[in-house]
Amino acid sequence: MIVFHVNGKERRVDVSPDTPLLWVLREQLGLTGSKFGCGEGLCGACTVHIDGKPQRSCITPVGDVRGKRVLTIEGIPANHPLKKAWLAQEVSQCGYCQPGQIMSAVALLEKKPKPTDADIDSAMSGNLCRCGTYGRIRRAIHVASAKSASKGGRKP
Amino acid sequence: MSGGSKISRRQFLKKSALAGGGLLLACHLPFGSRDAQAAAGAAFAPNAFLRVGTDGSVTIIVNKSEMGQGVYTSLPMLLAEELCCDWKRVSFQAAPVADAYNHASFGPIMVTGGSSSVRSEWERLSLAGAAAREMLIAAAAEEWHVVPCLCRAENGIVHGPAGKQLTFGQLAKRAAKMPLPKEPTLKSGAKKLLGKPLKRLDSPAKINGTALFGIDVHLPGMLTAVIARPPVFGGRVKSLDAAKAKALPGVRDVVTIREGVAVVADGFWPALKGRDLLEIVWDEGEGGHISTAAMHEEYARLAATPGLMARKDGDAPGVLEKAKQRLDAEYELPYLAHATMEPLNCFVDLKSDSCLIRTGSQFQTMDRNAAAAVAGLKPEQVTLETTFLGGGFGRRACTGSDFVIEAVQVAKAIGRPVKVIRTREDDMRAGYYRPMWLNKVSACLDEQGLPLAWHHRIVGQSIIAGTPFERVMVENGIDHTSVEGAADTPYAIPNLQVELHSPKNAVPVLWWRSVGHSHTAFVMESFLDELAHKAGQDPYQYRRALLAKHPRTLKVLETAAVKGDWGKPLPKGWGRGIAVHESFGSFIAQVAELSLDDRGNIRVRRVVCAVDCGRIVNPDTIKAQMESGITFGLSAALHGAITLKNGRVEQGNFDSYPLVRMAAMPRVEVHIIASNEPPGGVGEPGVPPIAPAVANALFAACGARLRSLPLTTEKIKAALNKG
Repeated sequence: MIVFHVNGKERRVDVSPDTPLLWVLREQLGLTGSKFGCGEGLCGACTVHIDGKPQRSCITPVGDVRGKRVLTIEGIPANHPLKKAWLAQEVSQCGYCQPGQIMSAVALLEKKPKPTDADIDSAMSGNLCRCGTYGRIRRAIHVASAKSASKGGRKP
Repeated sequence: MSGGSKISRRQFLKKSALAGGGLLLACHLPFGSRDAQAAAGAAFAPNAFLRVGTDGSVTIIVNKSEMGQGVYTSLPMLLAEELCCDWKRVSFQAAPVADAYNHASFGPIMVTGGSSSVRSEWERLSLAGAAAREMLIAAAAEEWHVVPCLCRAENGIVHGPAGKQLTFGQLAKRAAKMPLPKEPTLKSGAKKLLGKPLKRLDSPAKINGTALFGIDVHLPGMLTAVIARPPVFGGRVKSLDAAKAKALPGVRDVVTIREGVAVVADGFWPALKGRDLLEIVWDEGEGGHISTAAMHEEYARLAATPGLMARKDGDAPGVLEKAKQRLDAEYELPYLAHATMEPLNCFVDLKSDSCLIRTGSQFQTMDRNAAAAVAGLKPEQVTLETTFLGGGFGRRACTGSDFVIEAVQVAKAIGRPVKVIRTREDDMRAGYYRPMWLNKVSACLDEQGLPLAWHHRIVGQSIIAGTPFERVMVENGIDHTSVEGAADTPYAIPNLQVELHSPKNAVPVLWWRSVGHSHTAFVMESFLDELAHKAGQDPYQYRRALLAKHPRTLKVLETAAVKGDWGKPLPKGWGRGIAVHESFGSFIAQVAELSLDDRGNIRVRRVVCAVDCGRIVNPDTIKAQMESGITFGLSAALHGAITLKNGRVEQGNFDSYPLVRMAAMPRVEVHIIASNEPPGGVGEPGVPPIAPAVANALFAACGARLRSLPLTTEKIKAALNKG
């Protein structure tokens, strides 16, 4: 039995410890917001936070997250400045990569509340988008950052 | 699938590309009769596309697949505009497979493609909305004992004389009893919704993880399968030892199907691990002999011989023979994978007398019929439910229905509900690529430096040959999708000859976002740049001179040039390139700006795009689709290539088939030309101009003319060293 926390709740799963966290989230826990895109950590569609850091859940064995805190797209509140900015900037097209994009962006703003374009390039270049929403993602991150800053730098 | 006789993509292409881009249909379309089945659940269901509840909720049924292009918003906008409902009460629902939802002009199939959704549904959905509005007004008039012309509908409320008001919800039940208007009248006056950047109705679900894609489909008791496929096209299983795989915990079964060997397990991971343990000997057949290098040599030999005539104005070969100076060039473009972010997958629940399929399909009728044939059922016994599509780009409109057929076979073999998932490598190596192309072009100039003759030979596989569409889409051996964008060029060239060779081989090919235009635009717009250079003329002005009779093409060209600072100085090592192309009834010009470093690395900095797509529904969707087409086309221009050696596809994942990432994304500016012309498509037309715009910018930056895509650093370096 492997025990860890997902979106604030303790979860216990009985799977082989080499099973990637992504498939445990999707198949055992019914959290299908994290997506399968490459299985090699190349596209970022499966991005979740593990103990606060963005990680590729498709290459993270669930055995490695024992006792850790996992945050998925389902755990990001609807009123999060980034989710609001994503809607305001009308970022999504097919939408498949967007949960992973948002998870990477959330991690970026937690680390750097006022990211530069170069910060965005380096934090977001692990997340592929085949529909080409990069320009809007960049705008949404800047907008969310400005909104958070204007509210006194409140942690998103 | 069998009903292909009326499928008229070719006719549509002819109309849109050759006749300057008309509305797909000019006749009044039936929008489905009163929907008795649906009416049971909704108070007012006047046709196949609309349900109004007694609470005033408006559900619009969308017969197009949502794959990023925003149809779950743009199509409801068309109906809601005429219905005069409250937009805030509108929701969408994916249509089931039924005749009422067949394509308005491609024939008796439900399909999303050809950048045709808005164009083909504009009239039908407008009329469906208008008819429902008239019935709601008639219901109110009856209630108030007044004539309908004293009533009007606005924002979900019917207003009558003396301030009387009834909401659509209050009227729904009575409206359901009103006669269906035979000839509903469309609204006159200003539009309330059309032309406004309304927010997409599907965005909230797409950012909170609840949007259901095919890969997310789950049913209690369902199993998951992955398939071991032959290493070469056309290979078959010779022998199989599945003992180790079957012994793995979680693996439930191993079954051999036509396409390979399926490992069926409790979940994806045990299935994948089980697959690694299979011991398969493959019979490779002839497939092991295919290589793209050899194919290129064969194509070059073919290009030296006359092909089938696709266009002949004047006598291009004769004029070229006498020309003192001529330009000859060969342009090559590789196979390309669609590489949708969501790998192909399909859920099937097969019973003795029914079959439920849930998947992201662009080709519902064909996929349903193919599934029925494999399952041994009648088409009407198969239910296909369309999920969200994690990208389509044509791949999910597969003429071979490959991802559906394999899943039905697995379901049949195991007798349990199953979801087949492809890994990225499975997805990328299983074929159905944009064909590899070779274009051989020769031209000579008149005394003003303008093209006098243009002789063009195109060599590449037909995506239509061998499919049920061949009968109607291939004419005298010419697959129009192979030559579109070249044979119908708007440029004034007195002697123009376009010929086609369509060699066959075992590599499956398919339409890939913008289809034939994805290669012809690169060739036309690059070679035209070469001619301008040869004539010592500015490439922008050169195009203007040749487009005098095409005002819409000219207008986008001029807009992109002006907004894109054409002619203004750039830093050393930078270049600006321009390209213009018409496709799917829309006109697009792009100016690309790039910088080049001394190691041959290019960085596209800025793309300015002008688009005339006729009358518009949602300007923000149009902008998004242009941004999308540019990024998609840029990935192909800079990186995209599928190659085969010894029959094996050499690429597998995003390391070997790279896509543009955030750091390489240029600034994109989109300018929409105001227009009252019939609507054009927007999903695909943004793609074709970007590759030639970038190649032309590279030439402007350093004088190197690359005639082979992708524009890799190695090729650029080689060209720089040579030049």
